[in-house]
Amino acid sequence: MAQVAAAEPELRRVIGDGETVADGEVDGLSEADLVALYRDLVLLRTYDERSVVYHRQGRIGTYAIFWNHEAMQAGAAFALGDDDWIFPSYRESAIGLLRGMPAETILSWWRGHPAGWWNPADYNVASISVPIATHVPHAAGLAWGKKLRGEDACAIAFFGDGATSEGAFHEGANFAAVMRAPLVLLCNNNGWAISTPLSAQTRAEALVDKAVGYGMPGTRVDGADVLAVYEATREAVERARGGEGPSFIEAVTYRTAPHATADDPRVYIDLERVEAEKKRECVGRYEGYLRRLGVLSDEAVEEIRGDAADVMRTGIGAAEAESPADIGLVFEHAYVDPPPSLAADLADLRRILGGSSG
Amino acid sequence: MPEITYREAVRDAMSEAMRRDGDVFIMGEDIAEMGGSMGVTQGMLQEFGPERVRNTPISEMAIVGAGVGAAMAGMRPIVEIMYQDFTTLAMEQLVNQAAKHRYMSGGQLKVPLTVRTQGGAGWSPGAQHAQQLEAWFVHVPGLKVVFPSTPEDVRGLLFRSIYDDNPVVFFEHRTLYGIKGEVPAEIEPIELGQGRIHREGEDVTVVATGRLVHEALAAAADAEKDGISVEVFDPRTLLPLDEEGLVSSVKKTNRCVVAHEAIVRMGFGAEVAALVQERAFDYLDAPVERVGARFSPLPFAPVMEAYVIPHEEDVLAAIKRTVGRNGNG
Repeated sequence: MAQVAAAEPELRRVIGDGETVADGEVDGLSEADLVALYRDLVLLRTYDERSVVYHRQGRIGTYAIFWNHEAMQAGAAFALGDDDWIFPSYRESAIGLLRGMPAETILSWWRGHPAGWWNPADYNVASISVPIATHVPHAAGLAWGKKLRGEDACAIAFFGDGATSEGAFHEGANFAAVMRAPLVLLCNNNGWAISTPLSAQTRAEALVDKAVGYGMPGTRVDGADVLAVYEATREAVERARGGEGPSFIEAVTYRTAPHATADDPRVYIDLERVEAEKKRECVGRYEGYLRRLGVLSDEAVEEIRGDAADVMRTGIGAAEAESPADIGLVFEHAYVDPPPSLAADLADLRRILGGSSG
Repeated sequence: MPEITYREAVRDAMSEAMRRDGDVFIMGEDIAEMGGSMGVTQGMLQEFGPERVRNTPISEMAIVGAGVGAAMAGMRPIVEIMYQDFTTLAMEQLVNQAAKHRYMSGGQLKVPLTVRTQGGAGWSPGAQHAQQLEAWFVHVPGLKVVFPSTPEDVRGLLFRSIYDDNPVVFFEHRTLYGIKGEVPAEIEPIELGQGRIHREGEDVTVVATGRLVHEALAAAADAEKDGISVEVFDPRTLLPLDEEGLVSSVKKTNRCVVAHEAIVRMGFGAEVAALVQERAFDYLDAPVERVGARFSPLPFAPVMEAYVIPHEEDVLAAIKRTVGRNGNG
């Protein structure tokens, strides 16, 4: 038998269903905060839906869809300070939007254009790595480095359920716990690693059980409940800042979209479950909560959606207006001080291209 | 000039950087109370305390990965991988992470990480405990690779590596820790990418790294008795490589032997041979000779190990093969 988690066995929820389950509330959030959080959700949702369209139109490359994951991204980010670092996986590719990163930058990234290379230190959002879970040790090291420097900042690492099978997750989590690094581990358990279900990934009853093994607190929340994710992250951040080390949050949802635009999940996924989950998707649930509270009008919804659509229109326009990439950049970006052999290669390239300089 | 061991020189470089700069710290397995499996960090815990001389769990991937993260946080971490053989466990972090993050940020992020490790055969530790794997890392854009052979070089190069804004993989040779050599009273940083001519000669250039620098110097002394004048060139850093220094030496002597302890096949010596034929083909009076280990896992049995890895006699034999030929082949 698997160990039962020391933390709450049931999913934490704040948002009710408008019928039999009553709404809860989170202390300390003003009406303006609640609406700001809705704005974040709509921005991410709009980004995701437009990106799928842009992909179909051939305007961006293969894209990792995050539809119905917006709540765990926006909820967690809302609990952070600006100095805290976010280590996204590719599922959180657009989380920089919540830190002021222009949509143009992220769309350029998906277009494979150099304008999409952001400086992580400008937004405290790390570059995205393709290999799974490899950023967990980075987040642990950054958090510990901040602590060594006497800074107050912490780090959060987003990763999927499949990532918990990786050695890097284990080594990073254990390292962070031993070092008491100010880190939040946020596991997006959407039930699927491409086509591999969680049941083929682990025999643990719940992923949050793993926290026990690392000697860190763990909690299990409804990943489509933005307020529950926010509250759990806020608690974890308080522990991190208080010198109590890392925490593990398992945010549970169900992947209702393909893994990425190159994937057709119909051969493996439970389509009835997908349809059921779509009906309780996270943006609509939060919108219903706010309307029941009476803090969100039709006009506000329309304005917020319009603003998000504008962000995307401006972003894709700017990304497509970028000049073609300068090939010579390949010689400039790998090193602070490129070896002399690269200078010779660059001179050769310039000669071939006809003497233009970049 | 004071005389210190290679081991003391490594410690000296780290300690001096840590005295000068609060951003420098070291972490690795058993480096604190024990002072490292090779005794390199002995005494550093007492001077710098457990936060800056930090024992870690046995997690090579996390050690290097956390080093990458700490470098992002503004630190200058030095991490130790106890045996070069164990870099395999951290390969993802070295090849895909440390080496790529500057590139993936469009040249905007710095990863000033130094990864120290050691290896080298000659003491019969078997197949997984003494390999020379430096050629793997020279193949990765974004890394710098350093492999010093003397106390003076290891001190100056390590100090410089710590202050390099790129990730540096720094190889130390186990059998050299005890050798002594003179060093400047104050640490003098040595720029990466500058080779060193240990001995000038006229007839053949031996390009050697690590332990083989010392084998080559012994072979050169022997060859001199036969009237052969040998130049010994140690590139000291494999990436960036001092191509100018290496090629100009070969242009002077017209012959080249390349010698390393690592396996010959597909090794660093193959790149040196390619470089020499590309830039000094018309100067060569003989084919480039390569000296290195046989294509075999390192054996446990001492007599078998001695057969597999290269020694002074192998360098001498290669020298004689090159000078035994004239320009007409």
